[in-house]
Amino acid sequence: MMRVVCMVALLLLGSTESAASDTTWKSKRGLFVVTYASDLDPLEINKLHGWTLQLASKDGEAVTAAVISVDGGMPKHDHGLATQPRVTQELGDGAYRLDGLRFHMRGDWEVTLTIEANGVTDAVTIKLIL
Amino acid sequence: MKRVIVIIGAAALLYLAWYHWPASPRAWTDADREILQSLSIKSLPPLPPDPSNTVADDPRAAKFGHALFFDTRLSLNGAISCATCHQPERQFTDGLPKGQAIGTSKRNTPTIAGTAYSPWLYWDGRRDSQWSQALSPLEDENEHGTDRAQVVDVISNDPVYAASYQDLFGDLPDAADRASVNTAFANIGKVFAAYERLLLPAPAPFDEYVAAVVAGDEQRQAELFSNDEVAGLQLFMDKAQCLQCHNGPLFTNNEFHNTGVIAAAGELPDKGRVVGAREVVNNEFNCRSEHAGDNANCAELEFMRTGPELIGAFRTPTLRNVAQTAPYMHKGQLPDLAATLQHYNEAPDAMIGHNEAKPLRLGRGELHQLEAFLFTLSSPLAIDDDWLRAPLPQ
Repeated sequence: MMRVVCMVALLLLGSTESAASDTTWKSKRGLFVVTYASDLDPLEINKLHGWTLQLASKDGEAVTAAVISVDGGMPKHDHGLATQPRVTQELGDGAYRLDGLRFHMRGDWEVTLTIEANGVTDAVTIKLIL
Repeated sequence: MKRVIVIIGAAALLYLAWYHWPASPRAWTDADREILQSLSIKSLPPLPPDPSNTVADDPRAAKFGHALFFDTRLSLNGAISCATCHQPERQFTDGLPKGQAIGTSKRNTPTIAGTAYSPWLYWDGRRDSQWSQALSPLEDENEHGTDRAQVVDVISNDPVYAASYQDLFGDLPDAADRASVNTAFANIGKVFAAYERLLLPAPAPFDEYVAAVVAGDEQRQAELFSNDEVAGLQLFMDKAQCLQCHNGPLFTNNEFHNTGVIAAAGELPDKGRVVGAREVVNNEFNCRSEHAGDNANCAELEFMRTGPELIGAFRTPTLRNVAQTAPYMHKGQLPDLAATLQHYNEAPDAMIGHNEAKPLRLGRGELHQLEAFLFTLSSPLAIDDDWLRAPLPQ
């Protein structure tokens, strides 16, 4: 019985976004892989800062000319981000500049990037603990 | 029958014991110590530069701003100064639900101490710098009730002020030229800000306690904090969730939250940040205005958020010296700390928007402990007393 529960749990996990590492995340449908590097490392609360995003296809190829929108918040607290961050620049070779992030509380955060590129749309939710 | 009465009596006693029983302090962990240090005034970074204000850190401007802060000539009736509502002896507040000047202000008078660290000013963040904030009360009909032409006139016709102005900014403004008056008005705001930047809290008993915890000095901890104060601090960090918004060395994240505070008696609910966000974007003295100069960093305005979540949301106030700044909330709706803690304990539904806070279900003993802890955040301001009273005439 326990084995079945574990298998179902693994299947459920596999169907949503997942993290290959703390900073690399796969999108929900598995179309993109995003790696972020924060200007603040480690992340801190209450500081306006930016990230560099590296966007790749599931095959590992750099994805250029993507349109990326940003949302997020603290699901447990039922509120969004303190700011309205956005991608301010495409840096080339699949790299993008994301500016205007600020986390104003300790706890579990999510940053969701909705990515449109190569005629498809997928979203990746990056989970953070501050 | 007798047995039923005994059982009901015992249950009632147990409930009363739970309700009134205070929490017992637990041992501090490494994670706690990290959080405690983040709250210590020692973690306050150096004053953030204000590139939109070229005289922000000029001692001549601070001295000039100090004089202006107490000058009642900058008002309609010659009787109101900034210090009328922002009273130094009350931590730059006034002890009233709403400020009383020419008329009654729309909101509660917040402290000025530490506002140099906030990207947003006012309860609704409708200004984005200390200097642009300082200009608004001068022209508010309920506050100073004057206007920029009269303010500039006072500066130009007072020999000491005129000399101070010229020393900092060059020529006196041309009263007949609207643009020149606007520039001078902005400059006067920057002079106020140079003074206000100096108003910062000194270390409080809490900060000494944190130092003792970090040093592992249990004897010193016991000298500084009672068991109730320790338990109150732990409730603040954990069960009461105060730390969520009241974080960092000034005990504020300077962000906007709807916490379900009821409207002031006889008033419609205040929309708060959702209106303030609209106003700051259009303010003629905001970071993007010509008055902010070419070096202004407007990232806060550029990435500012708005939307329905900010309906009825207000800026988190600092808790440094909170025991000295009653009444509380944006309209002074709650008369004392006990009423404020009870509000958070109940977390009622918001009248407009959505209350982010959830009921805490703390007992009375725990609320008393939280209140005891808040008193440990009291301290003088970290500035010589001469700056806290009107300067002597020169």
